Amino acid sequence: MSLKRKDVLGLEDMAAEEILLVLDIASQFRAVFDRPVRSVPIMRGRTVVNFFHEPSTRTRISFELAEKRLSADIVNFSVATSSFTKGETLRDTAENLQAMKIDMLVVRHKSSGSAQYLARVLKCPVINAGDGCHEHPTQGLLDIMTMRQRLGDLRGKRVTIIGDIAHSRVARSNIWGLGKLGAEVTVCGPPTMVPASVARLGVKVEYDLKRAVAKADVLNILRIQLERGAGSGFPGNREYHRMYGVTEDVVRTLKPEAFIMHPGPMNRNVEIASEVADGPRQVILDQVANGVAVRMALIYLLSGGDPGALAPGEAA
Amino acid sequence: MSFIEKAVIMNQDEVTRAIKRMAHEVLEANNGTSDLVILGIQRRGVPLAGLLQEAIKGVEKVSVPSGAIDITFYRDDLSKLGPSPRVATTEMPLDVTDKVVILVDDVLYTGRTVRAALDVIMDWGRPRAIQLAVLVDRGHRELPIRPDYVGKNVPTSQKEVIKVKVMEYDGKQEVVVGEVQGG
Repeated sequence: MSLKRKDVLGLEDMAAEEILLVLDIASQFRAVFDRPVRSVPIMRGRTVVNFFHEPSTRTRISFELAEKRLSADIVNFSVATSSFTKGETLRDTAENLQAMKIDMLVVRHKSSGSAQYLARVLKCPVINAGDGCHEHPTQGLLDIMTMRQRLGDLRGKRVTIIGDIAHSRVARSNIWGLGKLGAEVTVCGPPTMVPASVARLGVKVEYDLKRAVAKADVLNILRIQLERGAGSGFPGNREYHRMYGVTEDVVRTLKPEAFIMHPGPMNRNVEIASEVADGPRQVILDQVANGVAVRMALIYLLSGGDPGALAPGEAA
Repeated sequence: MSFIEKAVIMNQDEVTRAIKRMAHEVLEANNGTSDLVILGIQRRGVPLAGLLQEAIKGVEKVSVPSGAIDITFYRDDLSKLGPSPRVATTEMPLDVTDKVVILVDDVLYTGRTVRAALDVIMDWGRPRAIQLAVLVDRGHRELPIRPDYVGKNVPTSQKEVIKVKVMEYDGKQEVVVGEVQGG
């Protein structure tokens, strides 16, 4: 079993076995973090380009750490410092990178489908670090890894995702990935942010927060994107918090072992109350640590040649 | 690709005797068990490390700490072979700094696995010394690496394959020589 693909653009087209393979390798990388030397040499001499066409701190740093811990060479560029300000097209930028012999491209872009477009143009592997409202596969993988660490097999486990489901790439990657592993996903938020058509993705739609979380094993609380005006469907911070904010009152209604996730950065007292964000149920920092490991696993798996060439038991 | 067995070069008793002898050699060279740590290279070095530990215990009544090393992320041939999906875990029983590590593997061939294992150990700490114990040395080294303790020297051609079978994975304990056909 290996990743038989050039790129990772989303979890929609990834098989359950592929997801489990990535998580398996990721857990091996987590063990590396506890050593005195927190990197391994396997990617020495390979160049990874991090191309962030949209502001990002945590995902970019997580990718950068993952690449450094694999001993890869790294080039970062973001839109502010690139020739995009001079009007260069995405394709020209990508082809220039290719001409300079890069080994992998990590791309974050505000337009859905941009990662797929680059994957088609470039010969090297492309990892989608978030494209518009489409997918954010590494976030989906790290969320699933965090859930599996606590719940084991996800078949039949109940995950409730709360927030702007319509515009969230995190929600979409979670929904695809969790569905493949057999979890039962419920989505919840104001009807303006959770169109009934979301049910087509194979999830349960619930507009009442307390009902949505009553049987949940995990809550995954999405960030309200205030910087984008949160869309015209957003009722306002106070009203949202009253209706869909996860507060101590909501937490008290959960199953005793249920836990709370958030992809960050948090808007305290909007989608999540400060006491909950700092409370005993949240596993947010586990998510952050798993994020680096998952990205290491993906980069490592996509860097290999023909995985079938290694005959079992015949390592020199 | 299939493996054709040609001959058994060590049977169960011969493997046991070789390991007992190696245990005595380790104890003699190190004046006992103080500061010793036994680390097996995944996968077949690990059960052999266990056998060596048992053999030492049989002589000295001391259980030397033992662990496992996985070299997957330290290979020098990522592009040639691709990532192995068979990643196993590295388990360090303790801080190896200032200890004497007995590194155990089944077959010593090119020396590249041992080179990678040395790097893994160095990333965990700074041992006082590392000594190498292998059940079979089949020659054809590509690096300046030599074993300190050898179960059996087996001159081979590069076409041949040496297989060490262990109870844990193979249900029997022996060493066979064979050839891979159709590879």
